[in-house]
Amino acid sequence: MKNEFQVIAELIEKDKKVLDVGCGDGILMQFLKNNKNTNIRGLEISKSKVQECIAKGLTVIEGNAEKDLKQFPDKSFEYVVLSQTLQAFLNPELVINELLRVGKKAIVTIPNFGYWRVRLHLLIKGTMPITKTLPDEWYNTPNIHMCSIKDFFYFAKSRNIKIFKSLAINNQNVSIVNHSNLTIKNFFADLGIFLIEK
Amino acid sequence: MNAENNIKTFIVKKPLKLDCGKTINEFPIAYETYGSLNKNKDNAILVFHALTGDQFVTGQNPITNKDGWWSYAVGPDKAIDTKKYFVICANVMGGCMGSFGPSHEDPSTGTAFGTNFPVITINDMVNAQYNLLDHFGIDKLFSIAGGSMGGMQVLQFISNFPDKAKTVIPIACTSSHSAQNIAFNELGRQAITADSNWKGGDYSSEDTIPNKGLAVARMAAHITYLSKKGLQEKFGRKLQEREDLKFGFDADFQIESYLRYQGSVFVDRFDANSYLYITRAMDYFDLAKQYKGKLSDAFRATRAKFFIISFTSDWLYPTQENKDIVIALNSIGADVGFVEIESDKGHDSFLLDVPDFLSALKNFLDKSYTEN
Repeated sequence: MKNEFQVIAELIEKDKKVLDVGCGDGILMQFLKNNKNTNIRGLEISKSKVQECIAKGLTVIEGNAEKDLKQFPDKSFEYVVLSQTLQAFLNPELVINELLRVGKKAIVTIPNFGYWRVRLHLLIKGTMPITKTLPDEWYNTPNIHMCSIKDFFYFAKSRNIKIFKSLAINNQNVSIVNHSNLTIKNFFADLGIFLIEK
Repeated sequence: MNAENNIKTFIVKKPLKLDCGKTINEFPIAYETYGSLNKNKDNAILVFHALTGDQFVTGQNPITNKDGWWSYAVGPDKAIDTKKYFVICANVMGGCMGSFGPSHEDPSTGTAFGTNFPVITINDMVNAQYNLLDHFGIDKLFSIAGGSMGGMQVLQFISNFPDKAKTVIPIACTSSHSAQNIAFNELGRQAITADSNWKGGDYSSEDTIPNKGLAVARMAAHITYLSKKGLQEKFGRKLQEREDLKFGFDADFQIESYLRYQGSVFVDRFDANSYLYITRAMDYFDLAKQYKGKLSDAFRATRAKFFIISFTSDWLYPTQENKDIVIALNSIGADVGFVEIESDKGHDSFLLDVPDFLSALKNFLDKSYTEN
């Protein structure tokens, strides 16, 4: 399981009710179910990924986060997880609001557009950045609303969203992000993980 | 029917109060089973059939000599694996394969009930079939499953008996029959009652039956079970055993010939009055209405695990109507999974060889069973 999921799983206590939005093939769900006794549900847009989840015995609903989160009642999950898909939504702000309505807390991870390799790519090559976490070309990328760790910090502040914990991942290294090291972490991390609440 | 000794029945002794207000006593339910009930009696799956189905789910139907209606899904090593599970299916009340229906003799007249048979509902059907649990000494079913009207029975069953099934699989169905659904059913009923051989439903002692009307009803309904794309790909404008148009009203096109065939074989195995009664029961189905307009209340008492399946090309019970059930379940935090299967085969997809559907069904059941 990838490092990002390990970090997410560590943020979630045992025996909680969790919704994984954009759960993919259910790797994180399965880990939480087996190791944290999580009452876990998934929402996934891809039919084939939904099939993979069913084959793993996971409860998944085929659906779209922008349209289908509204069916869940307020605060019906202790945590709602959104892993690396915020940037792919037409309206990320609406999705964040929905995550925070449905979950008591939300865990959001973003590929960091402030990462030095991304900056360097654009600076030197003058073309849209392609990295390990952002492997697609500009014309076929699903990512239409890229942001940096710093952007997310400022966004949360402007919307009165409380950041409980923010973590930066670079390769295998996980570190805490705070106001004093924000500029540095925003430069060296390729992934940001935020535990938020409203 | 000379093969009637192939039909297993048991007589329900407990009186049953129907939604119409009448109470029925000592009525028969015809059923069939596949596989064997284990010692703990925790491997039973109750399957509900659709409008024109019957209790003969798989293998050869001893009455029609054709394959059972769910042969693709049910059998040894299939999605509903009869090596593992004990599958029970009953003919619905109102049907014509041995369960209490309009072709049964009315003791007060000595002839078939015909339209003197009480109008029944999905709720009545389910309440009647609930007696199967007592009959087999099963406290809790491992699963209940069914497509189309079978799915409606699944929904009604779990709302009536919330702790009697561990898993619940409504397929290609709705919680409330739409105006379009009712309209198509009415078309079928009108075709039957317009047939002069119908005689107000009192045709059992006649030499003739309303097979023209019933065939037209079947033809119209059959179109609703297929998708436009499926029809176009299978038939297009292909001509039936002729080089050119004949400028007449014979079946020039293959699709015409196909529909005529579907109509003609249907009348051999189905009773016109049963068709009236069962379509009526479907039209009356509105689960939300039974709970003062709040569908989620129908499921509030159950802890069962739901898995809802729809098909992309099903325009009779479209994905959105299946999703409405998912939404109602999510609104009360129920355990519900949902998948829409890609298929060009229309509403009939659930009866056909659609691998993604069959594997989803199998995986859901088998994984849920091992977690028991």
